[in-house]
Amino acid sequence: MKLSSLAASLLASAIVLFSAAAHAAEINLLNVSYDPTRELYQEYNAAFAEYWKAKTGDDVVVKQSHGGSGKQGRAIIDGLEADVATLALAADIDALYTKAELIPADWQKRLKLNSSPYTSTIVFLVRKGNPKHIKDWGDLVKPGVAVVTPNPKTSGGARWNYLAAYGYALKHNNGDHAKAQAFIKKLFENVPVLDSGARGSLTTFTERGIGDVFLSWENEAFLATTSLGPDKFDIVVPSLSILAEPPVTVVDKNVDRHGTRAVATAYLEYLYSPVAQEIAAKNYYRPTDAKVAKKYAKQFPKVKTLVTIDGEFGGWAKAQKEHFADGGVFDQIYSKK
Amino acid sequence: MSSFKAHSVLPGFNLALGFTLLYLSLIVLIPLSALFVNTASIGLGGFWDVVTGDRVLASLKVTFTASFAAAVANAFFGLVVAWVLVRYRFPGKRIIDALVDLPFALPTAVAGIVLATLYAPNGWLGQYFAELGIKAAYTPLGIVIALTFIGLPFVVRTVQPVLEDVEAEVEEAAASLGAGRWDVFRRVIFPAVAPALLTGFSLAFARAIGEYGSVIFIAGNMPFISEITPLLIVAKLEQYDYAGATAIALAMLLISFILMLTINAIQWWASRREAR
Repeated sequence: MKLSSLAASLLASAIVLFSAAAHAAEINLLNVSYDPTRELYQEYNAAFAEYWKAKTGDDVVVKQSHGGSGKQGRAIIDGLEADVATLALAADIDALYTKAELIPADWQKRLKLNSSPYTSTIVFLVRKGNPKHIKDWGDLVKPGVAVVTPNPKTSGGARWNYLAAYGYALKHNNGDHAKAQAFIKKLFENVPVLDSGARGSLTTFTERGIGDVFLSWENEAFLATTSLGPDKFDIVVPSLSILAEPPVTVVDKNVDRHGTRAVATAYLEYLYSPVAQEIAAKNYYRPTDAKVAKKYAKQFPKVKTLVTIDGEFGGWAKAQKEHFADGGVFDQIYSKK
Repeated sequence: MSSFKAHSVLPGFNLALGFTLLYLSLIVLIPLSALFVNTASIGLGGFWDVVTGDRVLASLKVTFTASFAAAVANAFFGLVVAWVLVRYRFPGKRIIDALVDLPFALPTAVAGIVLATLYAPNGWLGQYFAELGIKAAYTPLGIVIALTFIGLPFVVRTVQPVLEDVEAEVEEAAASLGAGRWDVFRRVIFPAVAPALLTGFSLAFARAIGEYGSVIFIAGNMPFISEITPLLIVAKLEQYDYAGATAIALAMLLISFILMLTINAIQWWASRREAR
């Protein structure tokens, strides 16, 4: 089951440690990321180290830190010495500017494609054979369907879930926000458990047997079907979903103090290279490189409509304030009881 | 001054008091005052708005009722466990004695995951509950289960030494004077252990109020139903709302402090009555 991937990751980290011990002159980087990217960056770090060694002759060791996206953002604000931040959504990186001015306001313009080298989307994970016949968002509000999602207040992934559902409701009600909110309210009435993070919810759904459908990052859904058994779960792709762009940035104040700006910037830029894009695709993140995307086109199911946070919701700052801040739409769902 | 600083045959009062104050300041008072300072940034009005919010009030109710229920359960069963451990000899007693401390040693998150696995509708125990139509995990009952688990050692470990001091001869004397079993318990044993029991109860209660790790895995975390206050604090932090988070923390602290004072007052009153 999961053991083989655990063993592989242990081996990988042992190799990293060993090579760190073998060479004295080396550069250390700390990449602070969110939960599901663990496997992705393990593989990528090795590839980057090889690339950097060939290019400059220096050894680079990248350490990883993973956790809920909001928690990781707060850790950096509170002094975690991250050289690069690779979080689940732009709002959490925005906070690095608004709360602590660790990065400039226009950080997202510094790298290509909104600083999002890979993307993902939200899909449904259902029990094998899809016994409740869940095909699209509209099926989630039916009576008797239990939906598992983490709490949007504490989970970045859950915010994407929520916005995807909201986008669907807007489209099917001709942009009527009141009706979209009523839809979301009905959806959350079908949620029996609100875990605080995506991995917690995945456990609730897969191990505890709670719920008929789990709203999931596409890469997590793939991981669940491949490593927890293809005979247990199916992936259902809704007619509309959201293009999730997990962005990356150099943490300016930290790299300037560490003297690692050049290598940290190269680390992020190399994410756009074909090599890195292949690694992303192998870990079920959607590559942005056209060639690699074409090569892996079969792997990723086609979503009919992909809305974006900028196009549909006016960017993260606005969406965050309208929907998830205290007293926002999400709070109203639970207060109008 | 002389009444304040009574003469003692033991030397070193000044040094010891100075050290005590310094230590308490570093460990307790400075962090607590930081809480007040952080909250001060939103003012009294802001503080009041945060802590009287619907969800905050509902979560306080969940937290304090669940903690109280768990502490009551622990007071009862903890007394029984302590009694068995003190009064009887049986094989494996040492092991059982050590088991009592396990909730102390286990990381709370591990406890939460284990309990959720057990009590989930498809878990070992949860399936039998489900047959009876009782949902344990992901309801307030789940919270009480988790809090009972983590609070058990407090009652056992405070009551145990006191029970050991109550000599079996006293009970035998009472019995030989014609007291029934219930009378012996009510008149002899209970008054002796009551203060320790109350201390254990209040420790378990206080511990339960602040518990986060084990609860979130089993609570289900539904707003207004099974959402505990510490989770709301974390939720506020996730939104980078430091002042709001500390405001709720401060409210919890004040309520807990008042409760602890009340329990202490009851204890003091009981011990005076006892002395007369």
